[in-house]
Amino acid sequence: MNPFTYSRAADVPQAIADLTAKPHAKFLGGGTNLVDLMKMGVEKPESLIDINRLPLEKVEELPEGKGVRIGALARNSDVAENELIKSRYPVLSEAFLAGASPQLRNMATVGGNLLQRTRCYYFYDPAFPACNKRQPGSGCGAIAGFNRIHAILGQSDQCIATHPSDMCVALAALEAVVRVSGPKGEREIAFADFHRLPGDTPDHETNLQPDELITAVDLPASKFAARSHYLKIRDRASYAFALVSVAVALEMGADGKIATARIALGGVAHKPWRALEAETALAGKPAGDEAFRAAAEAALANAKGYLHNTFKIELAKRSIVRALTTVTAKA
Amino acid sequence: MSENQHEQTPAADLDQWLIFGDPATRRKFLKQVAGTGAAIALSSKFAASTSQAAEPVDTAAPAATPPSAAAIDVRLTLNGHETSVRVDPRTTLLDALRERLQLTGTKKGCDHGQCGACTVLVNGRRINSCLSLAITHEGDEVTTIEGLAKGDELHPVQAAFLEHDGFQCGYCTPGQICSAVALLKEGHAQSDAEIREWMSGNICRCGAYTNIVAAIRAAKEKTAAA
Repeated sequence: MNPFTYSRAADVPQAIADLTAKPHAKFLGGGTNLVDLMKMGVEKPESLIDINRLPLEKVEELPEGKGVRIGALARNSDVAENELIKSRYPVLSEAFLAGASPQLRNMATVGGNLLQRTRCYYFYDPAFPACNKRQPGSGCGAIAGFNRIHAILGQSDQCIATHPSDMCVALAALEAVVRVSGPKGEREIAFADFHRLPGDTPDHETNLQPDELITAVDLPASKFAARSHYLKIRDRASYAFALVSVAVALEMGADGKIATARIALGGVAHKPWRALEAETALAGKPAGDEAFRAAAEAALANAKGYLHNTFKIELAKRSIVRALTTVTAKA
Repeated sequence: MSENQHEQTPAADLDQWLIFGDPATRRKFLKQVAGTGAAIALSSKFAASTSQAAEPVDTAAPAATPPSAAAIDVRLTLNGHETSVRVDPRTTLLDALRERLQLTGTKKGCDHGQCGACTVLVNGRRINSCLSLAITHEGDEVTTIEGLAKGDELHPVQAAFLEHDGFQCGYCTPGQICSAVALLKEGHAQSDAEIREWMSGNICRCGAYTNIVAAIRAAKEKTAAA
């Protein structure tokens, strides 16, 4: 690990001031990804600003029934077990509990989870010379290499890495809002605009500015969030990253047909993948296999597989059908 | 080394073939393995080693990151004792415990948060000490495998692991036990399936899972009955 200076931020303005004042500084939250990447020699910050003592750990109701605010330093385990989240946004609780291990969930923060880096082997291990994300312009080891865990949607010829988070897939379906604070004040970023597709700059993963701090994630009130579900498909029963995951939320109309559907996919793209075509295909349809399969086909219509990951295309379709079947059966 | 000595000391044989590397490394390894057994059986020794740990030992093993100009003092309550240790900012809680505070019960497995051998309790919650920088724990209460027993009385989870043979080589055991202690407190041991899911952050390469689940189930029943 490279040497770094360490400091503790006492409040949000100081954290932001330190971030801009110190050279190559990074915020330290739970450390579950950052410390690991520092051990690997992928991340080499010269300063770490410990933000764990900032008062950003609460999960609280927003006024006027507008939804729920999750502080950026709330631990994954605490949000998963929170009654507001379990009753109103079950997909988010399920996504948290499907991720990592109890130990890691006790450490990992919501803000850090948003900024997780990919587990692409070629990115994570500097022994591989080519990775456009780690070393812009060096090439992509995965496209012609071993790409079983890689993207099938929205990839570029520069990068086919996937976003590893479960939480973010649920947040995409719930149309969450990321609240950030910087030298110019606070601003909100719609969840769909927070993460970026790789394009020609796979090293540029989010639209968070270098001088900004994530302070909270807002979950808006909605008619679909309460009937929601997270399905994760992985190589072992627990404690593994998703090959494919699906977050679904449904609002059923008085006529028994689907009024609103929200679907997001994990393990398939550089960002949590909102399946807008599938949502449109479901609106106004009676819930059932026919509509579910049509939605799944629409979601994967533009999918492209590589040598080892083509299986993900059919797996994603079947996972969408299964997740929709499960969520329809929910009371 | 003469041929005669070679035959009489199988351990030296291992040295020759570099199974454990140099003899110093082997002794360190054996000490660590012995520590695992002791973690389960010899609780009174632990109380002693814990109180020793209250005084920081400045003889860091070569493997530990040496304190540098940037070293920072960290005060924490370690197994009930106020402790202070001076560490380089890069030192993980795991390395601070093992290499600076001589509490080698907590094990280094993968060192990347994937195996759970390094599990300790911080403010009552289980975490992977290998991914946590020691300097971030100022003022925290840290409990390691050495701090679970009360004098000669084993923690119910320790006793259950012994009774149900919840281990083979024992290397993952301190982490398994710390994780199980937290699991019971969290209330996630309502069924065998739930125990398996909520213990998934602790890998056992010997595959002692059946007995680990039995031990945790038994500890839960015993604690509930008490």
